[in-house]
Amino acid sequence: MDVEKIRNDFPILKRKINGKKLIYLDNGATSQKPIQVIDAVSNFYKKNNANIHRGIHILSEESTLMYDDSRNKVSRFIHSKNPEEIIFTRNATESINLVMYSWGKENISRGDKIVISEMEHHSNLIPWVVLAKEKGATLEYLELDKEGLIKEGELEKIKGAKFVSVVHVSNVTGVINDVEKICRTASEEGAVSLVDASQSAPHMKVDIQSIGCDFLAFTGHKMLAPTGIGVLYGKKEILDSMNPFLFGGEMVVEAHKYDMRWNSVPYKFEAGTPNISGAVGLGSAVDYLEQIGMENIRAHEKKLVSYALEKLGAVNGISIIGPQDSSRRSGIITFEVKGVHPHDVASILSEEGICLRSGYHCAQPLHESMGLQPTTRASFYIYNTEEEIDFLIENLVKVKKIFGV
Amino acid sequence: MDEIARERIIELYKNPLNFGTIPDADYTAELRNSACGDIIRIYLQVKNNKIIDAKFEGEGCAISMASASLLTDFLKGKTPEEVRNLDKDDIQKILGMDLSRNPSRLRCALLPLETAKKALAGSK
Ligand SMILES: Cc1ncc(COP(=O)(O)O)c(C=O)c1O
Repeated sequence: MDVEKIRNDFPILKRKINGKKLIYLDNGATSQKPIQVIDAVSNFYKKNNANIHRGIHILSEESTLMYDDSRNKVSRFIHSKNPEEIIFTRNATESINLVMYSWGKENISRGDKIVISEMEHHSNLIPWVVLAKEKGATLEYLELDKEGLIKEGELEKIKGAKFVSVVHVSNVTGVINDVEKICRTASEEGAVSLVDASQSAPHMKVDIQSIGCDFLAFTGHKMLAPTGIGVLYGKKEILDSMNPFLFGGEMVVEAHKYDMRWNSVPYKFEAGTPNISGAVGLGSAVDYLEQIGMENIRAHEKKLVSYALEKLGAVNGISIIGPQDSSRRSGIITFEVKGVHPHDVASILSEEGICLRSGYHCAQPLHESMGLQPTTRASFYIYNTEEEIDFLIENLVKVKKIFGV
Repeated sequence: MDEIARERIIELYKNPLNFGTIPDADYTAELRNSACGDIIRIYLQVKNNKIIDAKFEGEGCAISMASASLLTDFLKGKTPEEVRNLDKDDIQKILGMDLSRNPSRLRCALLPLETAKKALAGSK
């Protein structure tokens, strides 16, 4: 993997902050975009732009083909058998809400058991808390140990569950969950399963056939694509049985004054004019990632995180959250600087051109169950280097000096 | 942020002013910034329509703590009406920092003022 060549594809990495090189370590929040994706979106508007599915003029036909082609690419990317199982949404949050509204409200009733984990991002937490409250269902949590891994024996809780939803990779600890086992257990119990792949799909091979989930959600902007485009994968039989959650154009095949017939999947779930240019950008992002190879991306990030675990771990007063073993975690490293609030860490580093995230990272229950105060997070991607980690550590030492800790 | 402003903020972070409680406070309130976990509780003592004492407790970043220190100082001698009229420009003046290009830091700086307003809106 040629990181220098990759870096050249990202125009933003040439930007200087206060005369210093930009060091972008906030990939867990969103990734930067390569020129190939920027051009794909811009060329779409320059050459092809039209509404899809509803015109027979040449531009509409071209736009429709491009939109469908992106669906095919995403389908192949996650090894789905059928592109109809790919629904385009705005983001992972909307994908998960679609499942909650269309599947959850119909299928969950009083006394049913929903199981999620303590490490969920709020987008895979709040919908189930709301649904459980509304329906009188019980919500149980797979609990975490002090390293942030799901505790031994917790999968017992899946017994008798109707629905199980877990994150593939934690956006705080970087822990990679054994979603194959979780989904297999769910399936043996007759429970429907959802995997939040927001932090895995951009960074490692995600194969829905081997995971065996019923639903999988992820978001384009964390994997080189524009904002405003997300994906929900759903098993065809389940999607067919569900009612739509947004109503309007494109999602019906027949509309009458007092009745209608739903369109087939995926169109049933894509009411209104979708984010066509976003889908085109996502297709181009998938091409870009596949060209590098997901195995190579994972290997690169594993190397970076091992390096960071070792170097950062050696700094006095810095404690790293999550497992030490880089094979159990993704390219995310979250830490505390003793005596300095994470906001102040991020704010001082920002003046040096380093972009990091601080706070609860939309995962407050995880912080509470692991007994953590707000934290600082560095998250890596294809364009990051060991030299950037060295520069980060150098500046963290400066922060400690400024605060006299 | 320039060096002098930063040093002053860090000094206040380490040695805050008016840190503590007023056991028989007339007005008190607590607010959290859920994104970052900052938490501020403010205590106000009012006599003849004037704030005669102000204290705070809490945890947060250097900006929110410094803002709470300087705001509680500033409040002494003011009327509740004057406090209700304070806005984000006033807070930046009190802090001696321009945060107009740092919207998230501005949220930290504003938390103590919002807490003070919430306290005064409550019943005595
Ligand atoms: C694990 C995880 N799930 C879900 C999301 C939500 O993604 P989005 O905000 O694009 O819907 C994020 C990103 O913030 C995430 O890290």
